[in-house]
Amino acid sequence: MRKLFSEQNVEKVRKSVSRRIILLGLGKMTLIGILAWRMRKLQIEDSEKYRLQAEENRINMRLIPPERGLILDTRGKELAVNIGNYKLVITREETSNPKETLVKLSKLIDLDDKEIEKILSNISKISPFVPITIAEHLSWESFSKVVLNLPALPGISPEMGLTRYYKKPTSIAHVVGYVGPVSKKDLEKFDNPDPVLQIPKFQIGKTGVERELEETLRGKASLSKVEVNATGRIIRETERISGFSGATLQLTLDNELQEYAYQRLSGLCASSVLMEVNSGKIMSLSSVPTFDPNQFVLGISQKYWDSLLNNKLRPLSNKAISGAYPPASTLKMAVALSALETGILSKNDTFECPGHFDLGDQRFHCWKKKGGHGKMDLKQAIAQSCDVYFWEVARKVGIERIGNTAKNLGLGTKFDLPLSSITQGLMPTKSWKKKKFDQPWRVGDTLNAAVGQGFTLASPLQLAVMTSRIASGKAIEPQLIKSIDGINKIQKEFADLNYNKSSLEIIRKGMFSSVNNAKGTAYKSRIMDEETTMAGKTGTSQVRRISMIERETGVLKNEDLPWEKRDHAIFVAYAPFKNPKYAVSIIIEHGGSGAQAAAPIGRDILLNAFYYNRKSIS
Amino acid sequence: MFIFKNANEGNISFIRKLLFFHWPLAILILATGAFGILMLYSVAGGSMLPWAEPQLIRFIVGFGAMIIIGFIHIDFWRSLTIPAYIGSILLLIAVMFYGEGAGAQRWIDLKVIRLQPSEIMKVTLIMALALYYSLVPINRKSSPLWLIPPLALIFLPTFLVFSQPDLGTSLLILISGFAVMFLAGVNIWYFIVGAFAGAGLVSAVFLSRNTSWQFLTDYQMGRIDVYLNPSLDPLGAGYHITQSKIALGSGGLSGRGFMQGTQSQLDFLPEKHTDFIFTTLAEEFGYFGSLGLLIIYALMVIFCLLSAAKNQYKFGALLTSGLAVMFFLYFFINMAMVMGLAPVVGVPLPLISWGGSAMLVLLGSFGLIQSAHVHQPKG
Repeated sequence: MRKLFSEQNVEKVRKSVSRRIILLGLGKMTLIGILAWRMRKLQIEDSEKYRLQAEENRINMRLIPPERGLILDTRGKELAVNIGNYKLVITREETSNPKETLVKLSKLIDLDDKEIEKILSNISKISPFVPITIAEHLSWESFSKVVLNLPALPGISPEMGLTRYYKKPTSIAHVVGYVGPVSKKDLEKFDNPDPVLQIPKFQIGKTGVERELEETLRGKASLSKVEVNATGRIIRETERISGFSGATLQLTLDNELQEYAYQRLSGLCASSVLMEVNSGKIMSLSSVPTFDPNQFVLGISQKYWDSLLNNKLRPLSNKAISGAYPPASTLKMAVALSALETGILSKNDTFECPGHFDLGDQRFHCWKKKGGHGKMDLKQAIAQSCDVYFWEVARKVGIERIGNTAKNLGLGTKFDLPLSSITQGLMPTKSWKKKKFDQPWRVGDTLNAAVGQGFTLASPLQLAVMTSRIASGKAIEPQLIKSIDGINKIQKEFADLNYNKSSLEIIRKGMFSSVNNAKGTAYKSRIMDEETTMAGKTGTSQVRRISMIERETGVLKNEDLPWEKRDHAIFVAYAPFKNPKYAVSIIIEHGGSGAQAAAPIGRDILLNAFYYNRKSIS
Repeated sequence: MFIFKNANEGNISFIRKLLFFHWPLAILILATGAFGILMLYSVAGGSMLPWAEPQLIRFIVGFGAMIIIGFIHIDFWRSLTIPAYIGSILLLIAVMFYGEGAGAQRWIDLKVIRLQPSEIMKVTLIMALALYYSLVPINRKSSPLWLIPPLALIFLPTFLVFSQPDLGTSLLILISGFAVMFLAGVNIWYFIVGAFAGAGLVSAVFLSRNTSWQFLTDYQMGRIDVYLNPSLDPLGAGYHITQSKIALGSGGLSGRGFMQGTQSQLDFLPEKHTDFIFTTLAEEFGYFGSLGLLIIYALMVIFCLLSAAKNQYKFGALLTSGLAVMFFLYFFINMAMVMGLAPVVGVPLPLISWGGSAMLVLLGSFGLIQSAHVHQPKG
């Protein structure tokens, strides 16, 4: 072998090899240089970017849901609260035999075989340290039973969450509203949804105050930053950013008055509003039939939901603010006021009511058919609710002026309250009719409007506001919120309506007469107590057309008609007359005569308010 | 470097061998090995087990073997070349029938030790080519007829390894073989033409995609896709590279600190004790660490190349430079892969990655380099 070596031409060999070696060496150094350059790029130039991504890898954020704000009534009584949601979770890595644990558990709480199977299959699919909810919203009894037996149930841990609970569910259902599990539709409403809304089954306000003041009630979630490894296991908490619980909301509602109204209206399809005349605070706002908001909190059952939807009486609707009805005779005050203010009418003017009013070849019938009311002045016309008087007035005043006055009194206006589906009602105008029906306004329309029929629509809330405005002479606005987190909402100063004192005087006297004069339509419902005398106005709102034939044969009475064809019964009032404190409005759908059906209830609601306040003062 | 007279006449004394030994290289090897143990300690979460301790034992054994091999005369190794080559081929064939390994048949479990024949093959191929070109007359080395044997020597193992399948190692064998041919002085035009042909082959491979001719498996094609665009599959094949770059980059200038690499410590980095151990090093020691290691490796390569340049014994020179190329390819491809410059092909970082087979073979190769260096003709 060695001789082979010595045969080679050593020099040449050496040269050729070394040249190639140098070449190769240079090539390698170049490549090494590229490596060094790349290292530099990653570790120095782009270092920040990668640091950030490294952080993102290892830091997870966990949200801790905030405690929802309470809703109280004006006296501090709890209406909507949060109660403990007792949960049980199981974690696979804490037990060697999850099936055995679950079987043992099924002896203590309701857990059937199918559910056990489902849980076992779920925990086998996920990481062993992730807990799975077995059951939640357990009763305290079941929960405590399990907790006592924990040592024998390896893998089970008790947890407590919070869930919403309504204490007086049915009477406040429409005002307070309800919460329910957040849905996709809910999320679409937000531009930038708060991450807390992604917690599954997070309870978000769906209707009523719960929804309209959701942000105030929700608070802010606490954020916990935890370090996780690649399998998602939490190593430690690195940071916690505290949130805060939702604000406590105190409403102007008085729960006692609310309960009373609800009971007084039960069995009917009706709604009522009771307001403080001078402050605009709503003391009670009721709508029947109603529903149980607690059923919605966890997600409503299909059966219950269907029964609510299919109920002809529309229990889900808050008729006090969403119901739009023809106000009937309760509009007459607005007509009178507009005529007085423009000087077209003076308080002593009289008209003759023969029981009907002719417009061209159209005959309008006053409700008192036989002979009519005879000669009437304004006070009497209001008290006895004579239609003919007001047709005479309306024809002279015109719809535009009537409409303006009505709007000043609060009709045709949408109020700013934290409630859902507030109706604006309707005070028609000439341009409105042209736009909607492409037809010109006719005098007949004015006449219909004057007695609160035709196109006019109002809600009980608007009627209550109107009554307050008449009683006080100021532009009262309804208020629902008393305080937020203990800080009282500043009482608004309401502007004067700037109507002539004498105009308002005569109208008020007319309303007083309506209740306390023997000929007044609401006489049967008067309050005997001198100190709390009531002034009001009845209304009977027609829902059907009365045909000529019927006129001739005799107009059918409400009792003889099917329920849907009966008139709505309406009543508005304020008391005491001398120094008005409360105003009430009530509309009973298809209740028949306002005087017979609505007035007694309105009186009772007012009386109850006085009684209750007297009681609480003493 | 060491000019003594007629060192290869008869046996050189032991003392002389000690003096001729390339100590700087040995020290660098030692340093690298120590670094490796340190990193394995870190990625195990601060424990000598399960990697650092076994690796340390293997390293000590391997280092000792390197010295022994270095002291044995280079001609003894030369005489083993042909049986060694044939033996490796046989082992490669054997592994096809008896082999085991994840997704590929690469190992033979001999209970005492696990052999990866493809590692041994790399060395024996270089030995065989070095022998061939030390015998071939100079004026003939570029003639086509004389090119057939070396090409055959190269392609046989390449093909065997490729069908394991182990694309990465087969390419390494191919490139190492060609490197020796280049070093031997084969006409440079062959390489230029060869490079074009290679490019053509690569395009053909890509064009063959989705046809019945498809040359690479879907898995390998996928690997290349993801290499070109790691974000295609950030949680799958692209995950390794994305995570590696994040960990590496987050090391910054001076690193996160020993044992403080969050990505490795928190398991975000897969294969952190094997292919991606460099990433952990870069994360914990920053640019200083990664560049430092690169410089150490570069020095080792330079030392080997210088030794080869000075070595007048052709077999020794070719062997040394060929093994230096192999060593270079190891760390170059691993680092490039880890930094996203090359597709993930599963090449370990020499002397640092966990794995006995590769390290022992590598230390053995350094032993051969030492032997060639010590026993080079003087004068």
